[in-house]
Amino acid sequence: MNKQSLFHIAKRGTLPWYISAAIRGCAILFALIVCALVTMFMTGENPISIYGTIFHGAFGTVRKTWVTFQNLAVLLGISLAVTPAFKMRFWNIGAEGQVLIGCLATAACMICLGDKLPNGLLILIMIVAAIAAGALWGFLPAFFKARWNTNETLFTLMMNYIATQLAAYYIIVWEVPKGAGKIGIINQNTNAGWLPQIAGKQYLLTILVVAVMTVLTYIYLKYSKHGYEIAVVGESQRTASYAGIKVERVIIRTMVLSGAMCGLMGLLLTAGTDHTLTTTIVGGRGFTAVMVSWMAKFNPIMMIFTSLLLVVLSRGASEISSVFGLNHSFADILTGIILFFIIGSEFFINYKVSLRKAGKKEA
Amino acid sequence: MFDFASFLPRAVMQGIPLLYGSTGEILTEKSGNLNLGIPGVMYVGGICGVIGAFFYEQSVASAAEMSAVLAIGIPMLASLLGSLIMGLIYCLLTVTLRANQNVTGLALTTFGVGIGNFFGGSLIKLTGSEVPSIALSATSAYFSKSLPIAETTGWFGQVFLSYGFLAYLAIIIALLSSYFLKHTRTGLHLRAVGESAATADAAGINVTKYKYMATCIGSMIAGLGGLYYVMDYACGVWSNNAFGDRGWLAIALVIFTIWRPNVSVLASILFGGFYILYLYIPTGTELSIKELYKMLPYVVTLVVLIVVSLRKKREDQPPASLGLAYFREER
Repeated sequence: MNKQSLFHIAKRGTLPWYISAAIRGCAILFALIVCALVTMFMTGENPISIYGTIFHGAFGTVRKTWVTFQNLAVLLGISLAVTPAFKMRFWNIGAEGQVLIGCLATAACMICLGDKLPNGLLILIMIVAAIAAGALWGFLPAFFKARWNTNETLFTLMMNYIATQLAAYYIIVWEVPKGAGKIGIINQNTNAGWLPQIAGKQYLLTILVVAVMTVLTYIYLKYSKHGYEIAVVGESQRTASYAGIKVERVIIRTMVLSGAMCGLMGLLLTAGTDHTLTTTIVGGRGFTAVMVSWMAKFNPIMMIFTSLLLVVLSRGASEISSVFGLNHSFADILTGIILFFIIGSEFFINYKVSLRKAGKKEA
Repeated sequence: MFDFASFLPRAVMQGIPLLYGSTGEILTEKSGNLNLGIPGVMYVGGICGVIGAFFYEQSVASAAEMSAVLAIGIPMLASLLGSLIMGLIYCLLTVTLRANQNVTGLALTTFGVGIGNFFGGSLIKLTGSEVPSIALSATSAYFSKSLPIAETTGWFGQVFLSYGFLAYLAIIIALLSSYFLKHTRTGLHLRAVGESAATADAAGINVTKYKYMATCIGSMIAGLGGLYYVMDYACGVWSNNAFGDRGWLAIALVIFTIWRPNVSVLASILFGGFYILYLYIPTGTELSIKELYKMLPYVVTLVVLIVVSLRKKREDQPPASLGLAYFREER
């Protein structure tokens, strides 16, 4: 027979929130220590000045703070978008493509209709187009999942690249000037289709929209009938259909919503801040959003903090890399380390580990 | 006319990294682990090989003094070791700590790509070269050495014999994996673990061990794909992000071949062909069409995924417990 293992692992009941928060806090603390050690090894600086540099990189000047909050808003927005589907245990890793297709739809309206329509009407059409495009990208995998149980993780992954290549195609169709291989700033002279700036701040609109989205998502998931149905389907599809919930409809409805929210984020990116379209405009945030949402246990309010952590870290790490002359991918390594710790810490929240009693005779 | 004798070898060379990646991922997925970290693992496999080769090239006085065994052995060991560590991280988190596989995989990809580009960038700085890449042509010469008769046998040699040894190794590994999964007892056990870990556990199979072994070996195979890409395909030139989205394409290939490494040998060449088809299509002035051709591998994979789920043939389905953590005391 096998030897008994040294540890006994048992599933825990729900922990009081302060203990689970403490475990997560410890994990983040450990992760920050390891990150500091790694950075120390690379740069030879002491940890305190490293975190000083990170903080300075994120909040050092007014401009940097705005950029940090803009990045936070975009990441948070995409994370919110993927959350309803995740709560349903629908592993949508296609946010990257859903946002990008929203960007593409927005750019298409701006370029093709830019000088033909009054600005107000144009923006209205852009909003509809971006949301519809994102929703379509969410609908397709959901439809096949609901009807034929097609694996949604792999489906949405493929949809990302289809969106990327579509964008690449249209970028060359619309390139300015011909042969440049990029679009540049759209409607630079007329500003047609640019979303209005609030109080002269370029990033404020995105931040406000995402703030509203956060509250709405929280209410939708926690207090609406739809939110309840999502939770039940996520826990057990059989229970859901026994309780009279139309599982297929919930899956499709939720994914269309997810996709639509991603499309909206695409609109904000292209028309609100960047005013251009590139194949890398989303920049991997569709994938990061998966981790943000999961780390926050699909709680929209918690997501503010998890996305803040990742954004500050990546802004800080790029500051470190420019100060110490390191490569910019340093941020990815630090993000990876932090994620590993947080992912690992969940185990200690869900399971109880105890040493086996010596009294029980081991084989 | 379409030039097959030049197209096919290039398609094969594009396909080999995908073949490594997909063979590794198939083994991993057969144990029920959906390792979305494969793109990261392949980056790490590549960069570790580069680091190994870089320091070996630095340590010898001139290229003439390099020994073939060390020039190939050191990068290969480094590459295997790097991807093994990545596999271990993934296993530790998903098998021992039962973390969510999707999240862990994505984190591993972020981490691995970061490692690749960071150390790649640092090495480039170390060499102080003006172009943003490292050239390890001496080591690469050993890796891409093909059979001497390849040049004298015309088109036959060009199509079948013109590759470095890693390309043939990829095909051998894929065929062996296929045999292993289908015809050996251990392979049967592994598939049992992927289909239903609880059943396998009840039958006395050590689920944890199988998951660890399959995932780590799978990672090492995938890592070799990164090594092949740098050392053979790219002629020893590492530049950041050059590897691109091939890791994801390898995962796509797993679905396309319906979890069969032997099918993957041909399918990877097909995918490699799709990948470079745009170079061979006469488009005239319409450059944009080429971007649509690059979409082909993904669209085809999607179609296969849908068709497989429509037909509901039992042999064609993904491993039933793919993506689920196993905990014995959970009912």
